[in-house]
Amino acid sequence: MLAALLVLAFLGAWQLYTEVGGPGELILPSPLQIADSLVEDRGLLWDDFLVTGTEVGLGVLCALVVGFGAAVALHRNALLRRATYPLLVGSQAVPIVVLAPLLVFWLGFGLGPKLAIITVICFFPVAVTTLDALDRTDPEQRKLLRTLGASPRQVFWWGEAPAALPAALSGARIAVAIAVIGAVLAEDSGSNAGLGHLLKQSNGQLETARAWAAVVVLAAFAVTLFYALVRAERRLLPWAARPGGSPR
Amino acid sequence: MTTRSDAEAVVPTATGAPGGPGAVRVRAASFAHRPRRGAPVPAVDGLSFEVDAGEVVALVGPSGCGKTTLLELICGLTAPDAGTVAADPAVLMPQRDQLLPWLTALDNAALAPRLAGASRHAARAVAAPLFERFGLRGFEGARPDELSGGMRQRVAFLRTLLAGKPVLCLDEPFAALDALTREELRTWLAGALAQEPRTVLLVTHDVEEAAVLADRILVLSARPARVVAEVAVTTPRPRGVTDPDVIAARAAVLEALR
Repeated sequence: MLAALLVLAFLGAWQLYTEVGGPGELILPSPLQIADSLVEDRGLLWDDFLVTGTEVGLGVLCALVVGFGAAVALHRNALLRRATYPLLVGSQAVPIVVLAPLLVFWLGFGLGPKLAIITVICFFPVAVTTLDALDRTDPEQRKLLRTLGASPRQVFWWGEAPAALPAALSGARIAVAIAVIGAVLAEDSGSNAGLGHLLKQSNGQLETARAWAAVVVLAAFAVTLFYALVRAERRLLPWAARPGGSPR
Repeated sequence: MTTRSDAEAVVPTATGAPGGPGAVRVRAASFAHRPRRGAPVPAVDGLSFEVDAGEVVALVGPSGCGKTTLLELICGLTAPDAGTVAADPAVLMPQRDQLLPWLTALDNAALAPRLAGASRHAARAVAAPLFERFGLRGFEGARPDELSGGMRQRVAFLRTLLAGKPVLCLDEPFAALDALTREELRTWLAGALAQEPRTVLLVTHDVEEAAVLADRILVLSARPARVVAEVAVTTPRPRGVTDPDVIAARAAVLEALR
């Protein structure tokens, strides 16, 4: 409710700014022009959204799996951790613009390079939050499971894995927003469909309002995905739901 | 599935002791904690005592005197540096209840059978009758954070019982509870042990609790732990705190601790 009011006030100010002056509609179209484009180009936007939505959805899923797996591997093997943790951090400093053409060269123009890029930039928050949670698991809990006859594997599946799952999902929530940016950049460097592609094309054709409409769709999608993850966490991991802690 | 064999592989010193299932024999056992920096801290040094099968023995001593370490040695979670710890299969009930928040009360209690390879259904079928018998009926599906402290402790005890080991090592099971609940759980535990007799090692710093529950009380010295006195309580359970035998035992233990 409060968020809606805030958005409304923001849009009002924006509209006013474009009407009393502003940089002109080629640089900054008014909210009404963007809304027009949203309605007019809805077919185009929808088709491209399906492409980008698939990329982001699958990409976040890949990142969740890869990130969790990486965290478990690093948690279990101190040597591996010392050897590769700095590399993982370093991998995050490589700009996607540099990486993207290479991945397009390797994997082609389809879904492959997009998933790869999203996974590369999104697995990191998942891996870091999960690794922290694994490190923080109570040693007393391990003792308990062992005294009840658990094998090392069972200590992991019954104790550590469920304890780390909420953290992995928090990481995925952080990843959602950057996944959208990743998809746009990936499409930018080699694609013939998707909102990123549409964005690039519209800018080239001086259809600034349509480009902004694509941005609106992207932002709305990120928000939806974020709250879908909150919902999923509450549904799947009810014990982790802190009262009033996570955003509604 | 490699469940039990793995767990026992890390317990080379805990072999079966003579004297029937449930006996524990500690001979000149020593153990020191080795912090990453600094000198080793001896927790147990040349400690010897024996517990017969079916006996309830309380270990009382100043806090930090190595009682928890001793229980871990008996449960085979750590191996002694020197000496022998010969105990029949023992299971630890840790100080904090350590119920897994992602499992229901019933599934927490049924954890040991699950880990041993029983199906969820079979494990629940084993645990459910105990819920009935020990005053937890209706709480089977509750999550741990929905239970009171006393309830959690009961579930943790049933979980320990369901591990199916002849020796139970209870590490200050009631320390975190308020006085009233502690009193209630004491009676509850005495009743549960009457129905399900086991060898029990009860670590506590509550002398009254020891006198009410134990057949024998071992008073330990400050770290590193040695046995400084042994007090027998012969009145059969359940006992009240005002039973003459209990009062006498309390006085004797307090005297030895001084």
